Amino acid sequence: MIRARIRKNFAAGPESSAFSLDIQLELGAGITVLFGPSGAGKTLILDCIAGFVQPDEGRILLDDAILFDGAAHVNIPPRERRCGYVFQNYALFPHMSLRGNVDFAAKSIPRLERHRSVTEMLERFHIAEVAGRRPHEVSGGQKQRCSIARAMIGGPKLLLLDEPARGLDAPLRVELYTVLRQIRAEFGIPILVVTHDLEECFALGEEMLVLRDGRLIQSGPPRKVIEQPAGIEVARLFGIYNLLHVEIRVLDPGRNISRLRYGEFEITGPYFPGRFKGDRVWLCIHPGHLKVSPADGKLGPNQVRVNLLRAVEKPQAVRLEFSGDLAAEVPRSQFERHKHNRDWVIEFPVEGLRVL
Amino acid sequence: MQLDWFPLWLSLRVAALSTVIAFFGGLALAYVLANRQFRWKEVIDAAVTLPLVLPPTVLGYYLLVVLGRQSPLGKMFEGIFGSPLVFTWKAAVVAALFHAGPLLIKSSRAALESVDRSYERAARNLGATEWRVFWRVSLPLAWRSILAAVVLAFARALGDFGITIMIAGNIPGRTQTVAVAIYDAVESGNGMLARTLVLVISAVALLVLSIANRLGAKRFGSTYTPV
Repeated sequence: MIRARIRKNFAAGPESSAFSLDIQLELGAGITVLFGPSGAGKTLILDCIAGFVQPDEGRILLDDAILFDGAAHVNIPPRERRCGYVFQNYALFPHMSLRGNVDFAAKSIPRLERHRSVTEMLERFHIAEVAGRRPHEVSGGQKQRCSIARAMIGGPKLLLLDEPARGLDAPLRVELYTVLRQIRAEFGIPILVVTHDLEECFALGEEMLVLRDGRLIQSGPPRKVIEQPAGIEVARLFGIYNLLHVEIRVLDPGRNISRLRYGEFEITGPYFPGRFKGDRVWLCIHPGHLKVSPADGKLGPNQVRVNLLRAVEKPQAVRLEFSGDLAAEVPRSQFERHKHNRDWVIEFPVEGLRVL
Repeated sequence: MQLDWFPLWLSLRVAALSTVIAFFGGLALAYVLANRQFRWKEVIDAAVTLPLVLPPTVLGYYLLVVLGRQSPLGKMFEGIFGSPLVFTWKAAVVAALFHAGPLLIKSSRAALESVDRSYERAARNLGATEWRVFWRVSLPLAWRSILAAVVLAFARALGDFGITIMIAGNIPGRTQTVAVAIYDAVESGNGMLARTLVLVISAVALLVLSIANRLGAKRFGSTYTPV
């Protein structure tokens, strides 16, 4: 269990603008993903917890040990923090074999047991056969597993991973996720994974934290967070949603709906509690929830007319990009029949529209 | 005519001893300069560099003043070792030190600073003390560059003339190093001795430089950072 309250300010420099980190988090056993765009301060949080960066103020507690307390001037050095850290480039010592790397971290284990423990760890992460090689002689996946094995052998009370899937191709990612779930099951410690990949949040996280500009702006189970972004900022970060800026024309609490003005069109939306007629609000809808069809003259309820700008092939579907910054995903078969059509109609199902 | 090889042996001994002293002292100072932040850091760095740019005679004069028999340091040395420092072979070591030291400190600092910080961070994160980080991670990764610097420092120490003649003098068979002996040979018209020593010292320098270049080449692929 780790509890942290961290504040850190950076003044503007010649090449950087001012930045402030101000967060509070509490993680129990299990995998938590820390999601955010680059420059949000994700790595900075890891560095504060691991002790490489000293916060201006705050308090970091790992189990019952105080790692940092600004008010009491406690600042435990990194080597005594027992925070496993898997660096972005793995940071395996290039002049040691994989075994040497793991052994380096096993200093606290009594000499008689050390060899066996290291061997066990190498076997557990399937790098025993290449243990005698140097890092530059093994594959990316093996480097990754070695760096995790090295982080785990000292018996850390917390594991931090900085963009662990970066630069790995799809099969290795899947393997990495398996390894992390294995650690989660066998060691029962909190695991904090930094990522800017939404799919990774889904694949890994039991809990998800969304960080932007040094602030945590949403947290919860990944599915819930992604399906219901807490605001326009979060929805923009995810980059998957159609965002509609609408004006409320009519509110109908009885039928739990509203009438909204969207550009030149009027559509039916969900009811907005606590809002007034005339307010401008944001809605979002997933591209897969839009219904699209070629224009045939008449507009039905909740339909708007758009031009097709571009069709992008995706593995399972076709992504259609329309005028007005709207995008929809449709099965390929459905699109093939109308692929030369330019004028389309989009329908917004009321149940697909989410209030931000 | 029998050639006198004493100057060459003396030069090699003096250069080797001063390089060893410069190595231990210089490495410690280089580590502090590379890893610690403190006031006066760059002032110290500049002071260390000074001998590289000052005329050797100026340095020699300073040293004479500081280490001469009438100076406090000179008296202290004489009190401890029973003989004066200046105009002995030990003074030649001090002179060589002022060439080898700055080179070693500057190069070692650069070498230590060029080690990717993430390795040192990783080592600390894995429970290593600063001592262990230095000996097991920083030094092995910077080792070849530092060794190249040692070799260069040795070559530089081999060739000092100005400081040596100021504080060790030109006493044949006692303080006459190669550089001084060559000057002496030319002055006294002993062309044979001058030519031989010039050729020998050039060959040694060339050999040392080629070793340094080979050491300078990196070992773990083209870069230390695996991405």
